[in-house]
Amino acid sequence: MKFNGYKRSDGHVGIRNHVVVLPGVICSSSVAKKIADKVEDARYLYNPNGCAQNAKDTSMTLEILSGLIANGNVYGALIVGLGCETIQKNIYIEAIQKKTNKPVVYISIQEEGGIQKTVEKGIKIVTALMEEASKCERVECDLSDIILGMECGGSDPTSGLSANTVLGNTSDRLVGLGGTAVLSETPEAIGAEGILEKRGRTPEIGKKLYDIVIKCEQSYLDSGDDIRNTNPSPGNKASGITTLEEKSIGCIHKSGTKPFDGVYEYGQMIDQKGLMFMDTTAYDVASVVAKIAGGAQIIAFTTGVGTPVGNAIAPVIKITGNHTTFTRLNDMLDFDTSESITGVKTITELGEELLDYIVDVCNGERVKAEEHEISDMAINQLSSYC
Amino acid sequence: MINAVLLNNDDMVATMTSAVYLGNDITFIMYGKTMVIKAISNVPIYHKVAVRAIEKGEAILKYGEKIGYATADIKEGEHVHTQNLSSRL
Repeated sequence: MKFNGYKRSDGHVGIRNHVVVLPGVICSSSVAKKIADKVEDARYLYNPNGCAQNAKDTSMTLEILSGLIANGNVYGALIVGLGCETIQKNIYIEAIQKKTNKPVVYISIQEEGGIQKTVEKGIKIVTALMEEASKCERVECDLSDIILGMECGGSDPTSGLSANTVLGNTSDRLVGLGGTAVLSETPEAIGAEGILEKRGRTPEIGKKLYDIVIKCEQSYLDSGDDIRNTNPSPGNKASGITTLEEKSIGCIHKSGTKPFDGVYEYGQMIDQKGLMFMDTTAYDVASVVAKIAGGAQIIAFTTGVGTPVGNAIAPVIKITGNHTTFTRLNDMLDFDTSESITGVKTITELGEELLDYIVDVCNGERVKAEEHEISDMAINQLSSYC
Repeated sequence: MINAVLLNNDDMVATMTSAVYLGNDITFIMYGKTMVIKAISNVPIYHKVAVRAIEKGEAILKYGEKIGYATADIKEGEHVHTQNLSSRL
């Protein structure tokens, strides 16, 4: 199956052609935003980190930010640093160059001589990058070049009943066509680890899946917390989901029926095709961001009670099996699977329609989150700021 | 009219696709046959209802998988939620 996308010189394929303005540290975030705001269609990618993190968190931040810039949806980027922060210019450039050779320019406020001068220079750089980017044309690409990140948030019982099951059918189709689908949100696999274990392509992959879920629950218990007391959320419970196992089993329906071909760390670049699992948090935004940093050009996000979550560089398709939600919160939802509950359509029919819609979005059709310029950002971290 | 979905024939709970009130019929398909039971409590839309009696301590199945344990005896047609179902006994 084909679509028209952007073929990058680093081998990645994009479905959007964005120029990104990224603050190198939170201290330069407002200045970076001023630059992005002044250049039409430039994408501001908020970054809350960059300094005062321990070594593990610094490396996680770097993995995510370099991965986002390397994403096929990005033509090039301007990083606006402050100058004195932990993640220095050379560290950014080295981390990015390991993943991509696309144009990336770095400036810092302390070196440029203040806000005004940084903004002026930044605007010039971003305008030039936008001009170069506009010369890229969409060319025929194969759907096997697509990495589909799968997410759920604001779940209700229709998620497991309908939206996740439909997405699972779509995931099977995409993987069957040689593409890649990524399940994640490890805490929302708690209670489903036995099912995941059996779905590894090899016993080693199955064991790895099982182990990360067990480790995840144990890490909560070690800190004196029982995640089963806090997840499902109050909203999940009000809608009818009672236990974490119930939520988890519904959640993993998104991954369809294919065997898992690989297990990736948080934000790690995905370098093979098939069905993957990424070890992410259940904090939706931090999980979405990790998959995009891993190379996902598009996110399929199922919801029951509705969520507006979007991303600066990748379209986030919102899918619901709750027709009332689809109607009431229509300006943030893209695809309604409720006809699988009413029996008007089968899961298979809707799975095919969803794949067709995903192809439309790959071809450039804008999703609601893009229409509303919703751009959320969070990066997982282990410790508080030092 | 069908107003509940039993996701697996082994399940003890069905999911309501419309709200029911005490005394209403709950109609679902089990092993290809239409089954009708009476709601003995109100059950909101998309919430779970017991399709058979469940004893306290018994593992409750949905999707054919264990979703927790009954923390009280549950009657057929009763709402199953946080008041009688939990991850841990």
